[in-house]
Amino acid sequence: MSATGRRGAGLDSLEYRPGEMGGAHAVDPDDPLHGSLVELNMGPSHPATHGVLRLRVLADGEVLHTVEPVIGYLHRGKEKSCESLGWRKFFVHTDRLDYLQPLMNNVGYAMALESLAGLEVPERAQVIRVLLMETSRIMSHLIALGVSAMDLGAVSMFFFTFDQREKIYDLIDAYTGHRMNNTYVRMGGVYADTDEELEERFARFFEAFLGEVEEWESLLTGNRIWYGRNRGIGQLTREEALAWSLTGPNLRGSGVEFDLRKHEPYCGYETYDFDIPIGQEGDAFDRYLVRIEEMRQSARIGRQALERLKQTRGANVIADDRRYVLPRQADVMSSMEELIHQFKIVTDMALPKGEAYAAVESSKGELGFYVASDGTAAPLRCHIRSPSLMNVQVIPLLSQGRLLSDAVAVLGSLDFVMGEVDR
Amino acid sequence: MMSAEATAERVREGLAGLDCEALESRDGMTTLRCELAAVPEVAAALRDRCGFELSTCVTAVDHGMEREEQGRPRFDMIWQLQSVTHADRLRLHAWVGEELRVPSLVGLWPGIAYGERECFDMFGIAFDGHAGLKRLLMPEAYEHFPLRKDFPHQGIEPDKLYRAWDASRRADAGGAS
Repeated sequence: MSATGRRGAGLDSLEYRPGEMGGAHAVDPDDPLHGSLVELNMGPSHPATHGVLRLRVLADGEVLHTVEPVIGYLHRGKEKSCESLGWRKFFVHTDRLDYLQPLMNNVGYAMALESLAGLEVPERAQVIRVLLMETSRIMSHLIALGVSAMDLGAVSMFFFTFDQREKIYDLIDAYTGHRMNNTYVRMGGVYADTDEELEERFARFFEAFLGEVEEWESLLTGNRIWYGRNRGIGQLTREEALAWSLTGPNLRGSGVEFDLRKHEPYCGYETYDFDIPIGQEGDAFDRYLVRIEEMRQSARIGRQALERLKQTRGANVIADDRRYVLPRQADVMSSMEELIHQFKIVTDMALPKGEAYAAVESSKGELGFYVASDGTAAPLRCHIRSPSLMNVQVIPLLSQGRLLSDAVAVLGSLDFVMGEVDR
Repeated sequence: MMSAEATAERVREGLAGLDCEALESRDGMTTLRCELAAVPEVAAALRDRCGFELSTCVTAVDHGMEREEQGRPRFDMIWQLQSVTHADRLRLHAWVGEELRVPSLVGLWPGIAYGERECFDMFGIAFDGHAGLKRLLMPEAYEHFPLRKDFPHQGIEPDKLYRAWDASRRADAGGAS
């Protein structure tokens, strides 16, 4: 079926028709299809829905008539939690949003708080953040690649990518002391400095990793089955991708050259040398190619960051601002004033009155945090702009009128994490 | 990335003739406030004349019950837009009246649909013109609006829906045996 033949979706124009597109769906009794539609639940525990996503499907044989994502199974009230926990303690919760890349979430949230507080981050901390973010991007793209390939039958890809992911876990473990849920970024910088041995291990990883990517490409990119299952599937035009608020690899797959790291640089990304891959067709195959190239570019940025770490060794990794940054542990243990200071920050650290928004180019798209403070220690509002939610939103658009098996390719190519969708 | 002045200038030209007030923001983003009734017109001008082709997010802030008692609006709507062409952003604020109804912008940006549903789910703010408006994250039978300031963090009878479901399940099983 051609991309223009999306049945039941009415998507030749961009007019929003939820009745036909998976909002409140109703079967038209005059429709000759009436009576032959089967209601089917895909998920919430289905291997191809990557977490607790449920798709309520009305299927006409193998063709999907209506698809409606039903979400909220993993809703933990993160935004409410921020209001009751306070600004500092919410860092731990950001890890659990997109749990495939906790450090990226940490940085996004820290940037929003720093913007609200007007806090400058030291250069070395920025470099460490870039290194951690690019490693996180690779980690997350590895899952996207391995899992989407596994869903389409290439099970060995899953093991190849998880093998590499395990190596990154070892590196992150050596740095933060945790494999997952690291919470290592702080307001004003990062918790601790790296050392030479760790940087050497990162360098060795990036070098070997580029060879692995070559190998995966030789397995998938020219593979007739992979090509056939992905080419022309889940096609989005440039205008559609923008209108549906897609960002990140999904937007770039549709040919929009836009990357926050280039166009709204943060953490000094403007000083790094890297390219933004874009697709042409806007289909699942292009999104796959974009992710593959992004992994290479991430390794390239990572290596540049390692060079800079060599040059800035010994410099501060956290801002010297007593209003928001905890005193050193050794000082707290030996001085009453420092202990009181630590207590004040932990219990009632207030941010200035106002609002701020900061976004990072996460592996799924634009991960943004909108924070508003009334000047007291209790946050007024913290809204998480989740790229995964936007990716889930276009599932009906891309799968209605197509085969059920194509929906699996669409889900894999959109790349979302339910922790971030449901928050 | 465009400078804040250039963005403000472009927006001022695009919104000529429309009543908007510029606000200060700590992150340097161009921020406007307008009347709720003017939002559809302002938003259309922002998309068509100022090139904000992507809607980043829509949400609300609850400023507390005290304001309601004083007869002042309690909820502040926030729309955040982005221009990929100009690489800049804009934030639009509008106070929500007592009736808690806001014009929907799905006609301008279809991608705003889930954001509006979430806002309805969390704050109980209804969007006029949104055909598929229903809860997004909370169960459909849920009766409360969790992000309102008068909703306690530990929840209100958090297992109520589960217990109702469990009771009906047991009743069914009892009838069958």
